Amino acid sequence: MKNPFFVSVADFARGRDEGRFTLEEVTAYFLDRTRLLSGEIHACLSVNDNAINRARQLDNRLRGEKPPSPLTGYPLMIKDNLEVRDMPTTCASRILEGYRSLRTATAVSRLLSLGTIILGKTNLDEFAMGSSTENSAFGPTRNPWDPSRVPGGSSGGSAAAVAAGLAPLSLGSDTGGSIRQPAAFCGVIGVKPTYGRISRSGLVAFASSLDQIGPFAVEAEDALEALVAMSGADPLDMTTEGRDPEEMRRDFTQTSLSGLRLGIPAALFGEGLDNSIRERLADVRKGLSSDGVREEEIELAHAAMGINVYYVLATSEAASNLCRFDGVRYGFRAAGSANLREMYEETRDKGFGLEVKRRILLGTFALSAGYQEAFYRKARKVQALIRQEFLDAFSRCDVIMTPTSPTPAFSFGEKTGDPLSMYLSDIYTITANLAGLPALSVPAGVDADGLPVGVHLIGPPWSEGRLLAVAREISRRWPMPLPRVHATHGTIPGGKRGEEK
Amino acid sequence: MSEGTPLFRGYEIVVGLEVHTQLLTKSKMFCRCENRFGAPPNTLVCPVCLAHPGSLPVLNVQAVRLGVRAGLAAGCTVNPVSVFERKHYFYPDLPKGYQISQYAHPLLSGGSLRVRTGAGERFIRIHRMHLEEDAGKNLHAGIPDKSHVDLNRAGVPLLEIVSEPDIRSPDEAVDYLKRLRQLLRATRVSDGNMEEGSFRCDINLSVRRPGAPYGTRVEIKNVNSFRFVHKAMLFEIDRQIDAIEAGEPIRQETRLFDPASGTTKPMRSKEEALDYRYFPDPDLPPLRVDMAMVEEERLAMPELPERRVARFVETMGLTLSDAETIVGEEALAAYFEEGVSLLHDHPATKGEKGRDRWISFVLSEVLREFNLRGEEVLGGATAPSATVPLIGKVLSGDLSFSQAKEVYHTAVEEKVDPLEIVSRQNLAQISGEGELVALVEAVLAENPVEVESYRKGKDRLFAFFVGGVMKKSRGKANPEKVGEILRAKLGSPSP
Repeated sequence: MKNPFFVSVADFARGRDEGRFTLEEVTAYFLDRTRLLSGEIHACLSVNDNAINRARQLDNRLRGEKPPSPLTGYPLMIKDNLEVRDMPTTCASRILEGYRSLRTATAVSRLLSLGTIILGKTNLDEFAMGSSTENSAFGPTRNPWDPSRVPGGSSGGSAAAVAAGLAPLSLGSDTGGSIRQPAAFCGVIGVKPTYGRISRSGLVAFASSLDQIGPFAVEAEDALEALVAMSGADPLDMTTEGRDPEEMRRDFTQTSLSGLRLGIPAALFGEGLDNSIRERLADVRKGLSSDGVREEEIELAHAAMGINVYYVLATSEAASNLCRFDGVRYGFRAAGSANLREMYEETRDKGFGLEVKRRILLGTFALSAGYQEAFYRKARKVQALIRQEFLDAFSRCDVIMTPTSPTPAFSFGEKTGDPLSMYLSDIYTITANLAGLPALSVPAGVDADGLPVGVHLIGPPWSEGRLLAVAREISRRWPMPLPRVHATHGTIPGGKRGEEK
Repeated sequence: MSEGTPLFRGYEIVVGLEVHTQLLTKSKMFCRCENRFGAPPNTLVCPVCLAHPGSLPVLNVQAVRLGVRAGLAAGCTVNPVSVFERKHYFYPDLPKGYQISQYAHPLLSGGSLRVRTGAGERFIRIHRMHLEEDAGKNLHAGIPDKSHVDLNRAGVPLLEIVSEPDIRSPDEAVDYLKRLRQLLRATRVSDGNMEEGSFRCDINLSVRRPGAPYGTRVEIKNVNSFRFVHKAMLFEIDRQIDAIEAGEPIRQETRLFDPASGTTKPMRSKEEALDYRYFPDPDLPPLRVDMAMVEEERLAMPELPERRVARFVETMGLTLSDAETIVGEEALAAYFEEGVSLLHDHPATKGEKGRDRWISFVLSEVLREFNLRGEEVLGGATAPSATVPLIGKVLSGDLSFSQAKEVYHTAVEEKVDPLEIVSRQNLAQISGEGELVALVEAVLAENPVEVESYRKGKDRLFAFFVGGVMKKSRGKANPEKVGEILRAKLGSPSP
C-alpha cells in the first residue's frame, strides 16, 4: 500500500519532475517487491520483461521533453483478462495456456499512450468467475492483511497488488462486484464505472452487458486520474457512450458534502450482515452526517432478487462468450482425439475449471429451448425493474450506501464447498452491474481482527466524480493502517530510499 | 391452391426458398477485413473475425444500406428497429461458436417477386430478409487425416432472403431464383455468383394431395446452380411421393443434392439437437435504421428489371420474351439501350426499320458473342458506337445483313472496328440496278425449266431464284432489290 517514493499520482508527478527519483528506480523497486512477495502473496501471473527498458527510455525522453501527463512513467498492474500485445493473457485458465495477445485493450492503450509502465498481469478467478480468486488455475492469491484469507475476487490479484505495495495502481474488471469486493477485502479503493464509460475492447468477455474495467488505488484522486484517462467512446466497442471524461474531474472537485442526500436501503442492512461491518457503517454514516450529509431512506424492492437475476443473465452471456474456446484457433487443444466432437469435449473438459464449467452449464440451460422464457427472458424483465427502481431512488437521493460485502475477507476453503454461499457474497454489489450504474468500494478502517471494512457507494449514471468525492472524505476520516505484509516485508533493505514515508 | 396448380403424380408441391447472398461491401460484416473472394487462405482475417478473446463486433453500415436497398427493390417494409441475435453451434468454420444473425426482429418484412413460367404469371411472397455474417470454409477434399479451415469468408456480410412457401413447381422455383438474382445484380447489392458462393439456395419442400393439410417439410441445402435446383426438386418430389405411397412417413431432415447421382441424400448431421439458443447479442445495440438513408435509397433506386422489361415492350415493340432476355443481363441491356439512342443520330438508322434491325442484331449476333466471350465484346472496338454504323450500312443498302453479321464476328474476334473490316475486305454490297439486273437475267437464263414451273404456279421457286443470285454474287447482292427485279422480270405466277 505504500512505497518509498510517493503517496499519490500528484506526488509522483512532482517527484518525477523534480528529479527526486528516476522512473527506472521506481520500476525496479516494484518489480523486486513483486518477486519478493510472489510466494507469499502470488498476486502476479506474469511479469513484463520489458518494463525496465521502457522506464529507461522514458527517463531519457523526459530529459528533453515535458511529460504529457501526471501518469507518465506511472507503474501499474493489469488483471490477466485484459489484453496487452505480446504478453500472455491467460484469464487464469489452462485453456489459454501459452496464448499471447495480438493487440492491447483500448483502455490499456490509452494509459500506455500517456506513458504508463505495465509491471505485470495479475491473478484472478478463472475467466473472472468467482469471489475469492480460489478459482484460478494457477493457484490463489493471498490477502496481504492475513495470508490465511482470500483477497476477494475475481480481481484478487490486482487488489492484493495495490494493498501489498507491489504497484500503486492496478486495473481489474467488475461484472457482479469483482473490483469492489476485493477492494473491500484488501482495504483499497476500487471503482466500477457506469456501463459504457470505458471500452470493453480487449477485455475478455464474461457477461457482455455487465462487464466494466476499473481501477484499484489507495487515493481517490488516483482512481479518478486512471478513470479519466481510460474513458470515452471507442469505435471498436458499440456499447460505449461518448460522455466527456473531464466531467468526472469537475464533479470530483466541486461536490460538496453539505446537503448531499445519502440513500440508505434499510432492507439491505438486515440479516446476514456481519456485526462489525454493520457497526462500522453506522459510524461512517454518523461521520458523514456531521459533514452535512442528509440521509434518505429508500426502498429497492427488487434488489433482493439481484442474485437470482444475475446468475441467470451473467451465466447465459458467459456460456455464449466462452463458446469460442474450442481448441481450434488458439490456446490449448487436447491431443489424441479420434474426431472433432471428442476434440471439443476433451479440450473444454480439461481446459476449463470446475466453476467455469458450472456456469457454462447454468447459462446453457437458462437459454435453452423450453426454458429461455422462464429463465433468461424473465430475468431480463426483473433486471429492468431493478434498474428503474434505482433511477427512481436517485430522484430522492444523490448517492446510495450499502456495505460492500456481508463479511470481511473469509478464509481459504471456507466457501468453496458451497457455490451458493459464495454467490451470496456478491449480494450488495451485483445490483449496480444489473442497473449499469457506477459504484465503488472505499475502505473505512479495519475491524477488531484487523481486517478491512468496505463501504459501498452507488450513484446515478455518470456520477463517478461525485462518488469519488464522497470516497475521498471517507478515506480522510478513516485512514488505513498498513497490512501485515508491510510489517513482515517492508521496503527492500539496501534500497535507495529505505525509509517509509 | 386453386385450379391451375400443377400436379406431380397427383400431388401438389409446397416449396419455400431460402437464399443467402453475399453483399458487395468492401469489408466484412463486423470488422474491417476485406470482403473478397479467392485470396490465399487465412489472409483476410483479424482478431475480431478470428474470435480472439477480447474482440468485439462493430456493425458495417454499408451492409445495412445494401440490405435496405434489396428490400425496397422487392417491395419489403423496412423495420425501423431490428435486433442482432446470437445463433449458437460448434463447428470449426464458426470461430465464435455462434453466428451473429437476426431472428425475432429482422431488418425487412414482406415483399414479393413476380414469376413467369409456361403455366402463367404469379406472385411469390417474401416472408423476410435479414442480415447475418457468413461462416468460414472447411476443406476436406484431398487431404488425408485432416480438415483445413479457411476463415477468409468468416464474417462476410450476408442477406438471407426467405420466401413464403408459395412456390408450386420446379419451374417456378428456378424462375424465382433467376429473378431474385437479377434484382440483386441490377441494384448492385450482390454479384449473384453461384460458382463463387455469393448466391446460395436452400429448398424447403413438402408434398400433399390437393386440399389435404401440409406434408412434412424436407430441407435441401446449398444447391448451387439453377439446373441442380430443378433436378433436386424433381428427385425429391418423387422420393417423397414414393415414400408416402409405400406408407412410410417423411422424416423432417436436412438433405444435400448430389449432382453425380442426381439424388438427394441425408446430410451427416453437424449437431443433433438443433437448439440454437438464440438471444439478442449484448455487444450490438438494437439496429435503428436511419430513415433518411432509406429515403436516399428509395430515390436512387435504378430502373428495376420488371419496369425495364415493360418499358422495352411498350416503347420498343420487343416481345416479352426478347425483352426479358436482354434485360436479363445488365451490361447487355445497357448496350442495347445505348445503341437505340445512337440509332437516332444516323439518318439511315432512324425509325422503326433501324430499330428492328438493331433488335435482331443484338438478340442474335451480340447475344451469341456475349454468351461465348462475356462482357468484353460489348465494349472496345465493338461497342455500340461502332456497331450502330455497321447496321446503318445494312439499312442504306451498302451491306447485306448476312455480310454485316460476318463482319461483326470477325471484328469481335480480332478486336477491330467493324467498319475497318468492311473497307479492308471491300465488301460493298451490290445494289446497283445495272449489275443486279445482269445477275438476275443470268440466273433466269440458266434455269429455264424452273422459270417455266414458276410461271405455271410453283411460287416456292422464287426463293430458289433469289438464292441463285446471292450465290452468283457471293452473297454481295442486295436481296431486297434482287427480289424487286425478279418480280418485275418474272411477273406474277399464273396457274
